[in-house]
Amino acid sequence: MKNALFALALAVSQNLWAETPSHFLDTYSAEAAKSQPGFSANAARGKAFASRNWGVSEKLPSCTACHTDNPRNPGRHAVTGKTIEALSPSVSTARFSDPAKVEKWFKRNCKEVVGRACSPAEKADFIQFVIGAR
Amino acid sequence: MKHLLISLAALAAAPAWAGDHGLPANTPAAYKTECGSCHAAFPPALLAASDWRRTMAGLDKHFGTDASVDARTHAALLAFLERQAGRRAASPGTAEPRFTTGAWFVREHREVPPRVWKDPKVMGPTNCAACHKGADQGRYGERELSVPGMAYREHD
Repeated sequence: MKNALFALALAVSQNLWAETPSHFLDTYSAEAAKSQPGFSANAARGKAFASRNWGVSEKLPSCTACHTDNPRNPGRHAVTGKTIEALSPSVSTARFSDPAKVEKWFKRNCKEVVGRACSPAEKADFIQFVIGAR
Repeated sequence: MKHLLISLAALAAAPAWAGDHGLPANTPAAYKTECGSCHAAFPPALLAASDWRRTMAGLDKHFGTDASVDARTHAALLAFLERQAGRRAASPGTAEPRFTTGAWFVREHREVPPRVWKDPKVMGPTNCAACHKGADQGRYGERELSVPGMAYREHD
Protein backbone atom coordinates (compact mmCIF):
# COMPACT_ATOMS: atom_id res chain seq x y z
CA MET A 1 0.00 0.00 0.00
CA LYS A 2 2.83 2.32 0.91
CA ASN A 3 4.46 1.46 -2.40
CA ALA A 4 1.27 2.16 -4.28
CA LEU A 5 0.90 5.55 -2.62
CA PHE A 6 4.51 6.36 -3.37
CA ALA A 7 4.03 5.35 -7.00
CA LEU A 8 0.91 7.46 -7.20
CA ALA A 9 2.72 10.48 -5.76
CA LEU A 10 5.54 9.91 -8.23
CA ALA A 11 3.13 9.63 -11.13
CA VAL A 12 1.29 12.80 -10.15
CA SER A 13 4.50 14.75 -9.68
CA GLN A 14 5.80 13.55 -13.03
CA ASN A 15 2.65 14.71 -14.72
CA LEU A 16 2.79 18.07 -13.00
CA TRP A 17 6.39 18.74 -13.90
CA ALA A 18 6.63 17.22 -17.34
CA GLU A 19 6.95 19.70 -20.18
CA THR A 20 6.04 19.11 -23.79
CA PRO A 21 8.55 19.20 -26.68
CA SER A 22 6.84 22.30 -28.07
CA HIS A 23 7.52 24.09 -24.78
CA PHE A 24 11.25 23.76 -25.44
CA LEU A 25 10.82 24.74 -29.07
CA ASP A 26 8.90 27.87 -28.05
CA THR A 27 11.29 28.80 -25.24
CA TYR A 28 14.46 28.51 -27.34
CA SER A 29 12.78 30.22 -30.31
CA ALA A 30 11.72 33.16 -28.14
CA GLU A 31 15.24 33.45 -26.78
CA ALA A 32 16.70 33.33 -30.29
CA ALA A 33 14.29 36.02 -31.49
CA LYS A 34 15.83 38.46 -29.02
CA SER A 35 19.01 38.63 -31.07
CA GLN A 36 17.50 37.59 -34.41
CA PRO A 37 14.14 39.36 -34.78
CA GLY A 38 11.61 37.23 -36.63
CA PHE A 39 13.49 33.99 -35.88
CA SER A 40 11.55 30.89 -36.76
CA ALA A 41 12.88 27.40 -36.07
CA ASN A 42 13.72 25.46 -39.20
CA ALA A 43 13.92 21.67 -39.50
CA ALA A 44 16.23 21.71 -42.53
CA ARG A 45 18.72 23.90 -40.65
CA GLY A 46 18.41 21.57 -37.68
CA LYS A 47 19.12 18.53 -39.87
CA ALA A 48 22.21 20.19 -41.35
CA PHE A 49 23.36 21.11 -37.84
CA ALA A 50 22.86 17.55 -36.59
CA SER A 51 24.81 15.93 -39.42
CA ARG A 52 27.60 18.52 -39.64
CA ASN A 53 31.09 17.24 -38.91
CA TRP A 54 32.43 19.80 -36.45
CA GLY A 55 35.98 18.48 -36.46
CA VAL A 56 36.25 18.86 -32.70
CA SER A 57 36.01 15.30 -31.45
CA GLU A 58 37.58 12.53 -33.47
CA LYS A 59 35.25 9.82 -32.22
CA LEU A 60 32.16 11.97 -31.78
CA PRO A 61 32.32 14.29 -34.81
CA SER A 62 28.60 14.98 -35.20
CA CYS A 63 25.26 14.50 -33.45
CA THR A 64 24.41 11.81 -35.98
CA ALA A 65 27.57 9.85 -35.11
CA CYS A 66 25.65 8.49 -32.12
CA HIS A 67 22.03 9.44 -32.80
CA THR A 68 21.92 8.32 -36.48
CA ASP A 69 20.50 10.35 -39.39
CA ASN A 70 16.95 9.64 -38.33
CA PRO A 71 15.79 10.85 -34.89
CA ARG A 72 13.22 8.06 -34.87
CA ASN A 73 15.94 5.41 -34.86
CA PRO A 74 17.63 4.30 -31.65
CA GLY A 75 21.22 5.45 -31.54
CA ARG A 76 24.44 3.98 -30.34
CA HIS A 77 27.29 5.62 -28.44
CA ALA A 78 30.18 5.75 -30.89
CA VAL A 79 32.76 5.03 -28.19
CA THR A 80 31.09 2.65 -25.76
CA GLY A 81 28.54 0.99 -28.05
CA LYS A 82 25.74 1.54 -25.54
CA THR A 83 22.28 1.79 -27.06
CA ILE A 84 20.74 5.27 -26.94
CA GLU A 85 16.98 5.69 -27.04
CA ALA A 86 15.59 7.43 -30.11
CA LEU A 87 15.56 11.24 -29.86
CA SER A 88 12.08 11.52 -31.32
CA PRO A 89 9.51 12.13 -28.57
CA SER A 90 6.93 10.24 -30.60
CA VAL A 91 9.15 7.16 -30.25
CA SER A 92 10.69 7.80 -26.81
CA THR A 93 7.98 9.59 -24.88
CA ALA A 94 10.30 10.87 -22.12
CA ARG A 95 12.33 12.92 -24.62
CA PHE A 96 12.03 16.71 -24.25
CA SER A 97 9.93 16.52 -21.10
CA ASP A 98 12.42 17.38 -18.35
CA PRO A 99 14.02 20.87 -18.56
CA ALA A 100 17.02 19.91 -16.43
CA LYS A 101 17.71 16.88 -18.59
CA VAL A 102 17.34 18.78 -21.85
CA GLU A 103 19.75 21.49 -20.72
CA LYS A 104 22.18 18.95 -19.28
CA TRP A 105 22.53 17.08 -22.55
CA PHE A 106 22.67 20.15 -24.75
CA LYS A 107 25.41 21.48 -22.48
CA ARG A 108 27.42 18.28 -22.44
CA ASN A 109 27.02 17.24 -26.03
CA CYS A 110 27.46 20.71 -27.52
CA LYS A 111 30.71 21.14 -25.62
CA GLU A 112 31.92 17.74 -26.69
CA VAL A 113 30.79 17.67 -30.32
CA VAL A 114 30.46 21.32 -31.37
CA GLY A 115 33.25 22.52 -29.11
CA ARG A 116 31.18 25.30 -27.53
CA ALA A 117 27.74 25.98 -26.10
CA CYS A 118 24.93 25.81 -28.66
CA SER A 119 22.90 28.95 -29.28
CA PRO A 120 19.17 29.09 -28.57
CA ALA A 121 18.61 29.27 -32.34
CA GLU A 122 20.60 26.07 -32.88
CA LYS A 123 18.67 24.31 -30.13
CA ALA A 124 15.33 25.42 -31.56
CA ASP A 125 16.29 24.27 -35.08
CA PHE A 126 17.51 20.95 -33.69
CA ILE A 127 14.28 20.32 -31.80
CA GLN A 128 12.20 21.30 -34.83
CA PHE A 129 14.13 18.72 -36.85
CA VAL A 130 13.79 16.04 -34.19
CA ILE A 131 10.07 16.42 -33.49
CA GLY A 132 9.22 16.71 -37.18
CA ALA A 133 11.05 13.53 -38.19
CA ARG A 134 8.85 11.00 -39.98
CA MET B 1 -2.38 6.14 -15.57
CA LYS B 2 0.45 5.04 -17.79
CA HIS B 3 2.93 6.69 -15.44
CA LEU B 4 1.33 4.96 -12.47
CA LEU B 5 1.69 1.59 -14.14
CA ILE B 6 5.29 2.28 -15.08
CA SER B 7 6.07 3.38 -11.53
CA LEU B 8 4.40 0.31 -10.10
CA ALA B 9 6.27 -1.92 -12.51
CA ALA B 10 9.54 -0.25 -11.56
CA LEU B 11 8.83 -0.76 -7.87
CA ALA B 12 7.86 -4.36 -8.40
CA ALA B 13 11.05 -5.01 -10.35
CA ALA B 14 13.35 -3.21 -7.92
CA PRO B 15 14.15 -6.07 -5.51
CA ALA B 16 15.28 -8.24 -8.41
CA TRP B 17 18.16 -5.84 -9.13
CA ALA B 18 19.90 -6.66 -5.92
CA GLY B 19 21.43 -10.03 -6.65
CA ASP B 20 24.15 -11.60 -8.81
CA HIS B 21 27.03 -9.17 -8.20
CA GLY B 22 25.31 -6.38 -10.09
CA LEU B 23 23.97 -3.09 -8.80
CA PRO B 24 23.19 -2.86 -5.10
CA ALA B 25 19.55 -2.34 -4.16
CA ASN B 26 20.34 1.09 -2.67
CA THR B 27 21.91 2.45 -5.85
CA PRO B 28 21.09 6.18 -6.08
CA ALA B 29 19.05 7.21 -9.10
CA ALA B 30 21.82 9.63 -10.09
CA TYR B 31 24.21 6.71 -10.52
CA LYS B 32 22.09 5.38 -13.35
CA THR B 33 21.34 8.75 -14.95
CA GLU B 34 24.81 10.29 -14.56
CA CYS B 35 27.07 7.24 -14.79
CA GLY B 36 24.83 4.93 -16.78
CA SER B 37 23.96 7.06 -19.80
CA CYS B 38 27.04 6.73 -21.99
CA HIS B 39 28.06 3.34 -20.64
CA ALA B 40 26.41 0.76 -18.41
CA ALA B 41 25.98 1.67 -14.75
CA PHE B 42 28.95 -0.50 -13.85
CA PRO B 43 28.75 -2.52 -10.63
CA PRO B 44 30.71 -0.52 -8.03
CA ALA B 45 32.44 -3.66 -6.77
CA LEU B 46 34.47 -3.75 -9.99
CA LEU B 47 36.86 -1.15 -8.57
CA ALA B 48 38.33 -0.44 -5.15
CA ALA B 49 37.46 2.67 -3.15
CA SER B 50 40.83 4.23 -4.01
CA ASP B 51 40.10 3.69 -7.71
CA TRP B 52 36.70 5.31 -7.43
CA ARG B 53 38.19 8.31 -5.64
CA ARG B 54 40.61 8.78 -8.54
CA THR B 55 37.84 8.33 -11.11
CA MET B 56 35.56 10.82 -9.38
CA ALA B 57 38.39 13.33 -8.96
CA GLY B 58 38.94 13.35 -12.72
CA LEU B 59 35.35 13.41 -13.99
CA ASP B 60 35.96 16.59 -16.01
CA LYS B 61 38.43 14.59 -18.11
CA HIS B 62 36.76 11.19 -17.94
CA PHE B 63 38.29 9.09 -20.73
CA GLY B 64 38.35 12.18 -22.91
CA THR B 65 34.91 13.43 -21.94
CA ASP B 66 33.73 16.09 -19.50
CA ALA B 67 31.39 14.03 -17.35
CA SER B 68 31.41 16.39 -14.38
CA VAL B 69 28.39 16.63 -12.10
CA ASP B 70 27.30 19.22 -9.55
CA ALA B 71 28.94 19.15 -6.11
CA ARG B 72 25.97 17.60 -4.33
CA THR B 73 25.59 14.78 -6.85
CA HIS B 74 29.35 14.26 -6.78
CA ALA B 75 29.35 13.80 -3.02
CA ALA B 76 26.40 11.40 -3.11
CA LEU B 77 27.91 9.30 -5.90
CA LEU B 78 31.34 9.16 -4.28
CA ALA B 79 29.85 8.09 -0.95
CA PHE B 80 27.87 5.35 -2.69
CA LEU B 81 30.89 4.13 -4.66
CA GLU B 82 33.16 4.09 -1.60
CA ARG B 83 30.54 2.19 0.37
CA GLN B 84 29.98 -0.41 -2.35
CA ALA B 85 33.49 -0.62 -3.72
CA GLY B 86 35.24 -3.94 -4.09
CA ARG B 87 38.59 -4.93 -2.67
CA ARG B 88 40.17 -5.43 -6.03
CA ALA B 89 42.19 -2.40 -7.02
CA ALA B 90 42.52 -1.84 -10.76
CA SER B 91 45.87 -2.58 -12.31
CA PRO B 92 48.14 0.29 -11.25
CA GLY B 93 49.96 2.55 -13.65
CA THR B 94 47.03 3.54 -15.84
CA ALA B 95 46.14 7.22 -15.81
CA GLU B 96 42.55 6.40 -15.00
CA PRO B 97 41.45 3.22 -13.25
CA ARG B 98 40.07 0.64 -15.68
CA PHE B 99 38.20 -2.36 -14.34
CA THR B 100 38.59 -4.09 -17.70
CA THR B 101 42.27 -4.83 -17.04
CA GLY B 102 41.73 -5.94 -13.46
CA ALA B 103 42.57 -9.55 -12.60
CA TRP B 104 39.02 -10.48 -11.62
CA PHE B 105 37.42 -9.05 -14.77
CA VAL B 106 40.02 -10.70 -17.01
CA ARG B 107 39.55 -14.06 -15.30
CA GLU B 108 35.75 -13.91 -15.49
CA HIS B 109 35.97 -13.18 -19.22
CA ARG B 110 38.79 -15.59 -20.08
CA GLU B 111 36.52 -17.68 -22.31
CA VAL B 112 35.63 -14.73 -24.50
CA PRO B 113 37.68 -14.91 -27.70
CA PRO B 114 39.26 -11.65 -29.00
CA ARG B 115 36.96 -11.62 -32.02
CA VAL B 116 33.98 -11.07 -29.73
CA TRP B 117 35.48 -7.90 -28.24
CA LYS B 118 36.10 -6.62 -31.78
CA ASP B 119 32.63 -7.56 -33.03
CA PRO B 120 30.87 -4.37 -34.19
CA LYS B 121 27.90 -5.33 -32.03
CA VAL B 122 30.17 -5.37 -28.97
CA MET B 123 32.88 -2.76 -29.65
CA GLY B 124 34.80 -3.52 -26.47
CA PRO B 125 34.69 -4.79 -22.91
CA THR B 126 32.80 -1.82 -21.45
CA ASN B 127 29.68 -2.51 -23.53
CA CYS B 128 28.25 -4.84 -20.88
CA ALA B 129 24.76 -4.96 -22.37
CA ALA B 130 26.04 -6.40 -25.65
CA CYS B 131 26.22 -9.77 -23.91
CA HIS B 132 24.70 -9.28 -20.44
CA LYS B 133 21.10 -8.72 -21.44
CA GLY B 134 20.10 -7.57 -17.96
CA ALA B 135 22.98 -5.08 -17.60
CA ASP B 136 20.72 -2.05 -18.01
CA GLN B 137 18.91 -3.21 -14.89
CA GLY B 138 22.14 -4.09 -13.14
CA ARG B 139 21.87 -7.84 -13.66
CA TYR B 140 24.89 -9.83 -14.80
CA GLY B 141 23.81 -13.40 -14.10
CA GLU B 142 24.81 -16.13 -16.54
CA ARG B 143 21.20 -16.95 -17.32
CA GLU B 144 20.94 -13.68 -19.18
CA LEU B 145 24.16 -14.08 -21.08
CA SER B 146 24.11 -14.04 -24.87
CA VAL B 147 27.44 -13.54 -26.59
CA PRO B 148 27.25 -12.49 -30.27
CA GLY B 149 28.56 -15.21 -32.54
CA MET B 150 29.03 -17.64 -29.68
CA ALA B 151 26.84 -20.46 -28.48
CA TYR B 152 27.16 -19.98 -24.77
CA ARG B 153 28.38 -22.98 -22.75
CA GLU B 154 30.13 -24.42 -25.79
CA HIS B 155 33.27 -24.70 -23.63
CA ASP B 156 31.58 -26.25 -20.62
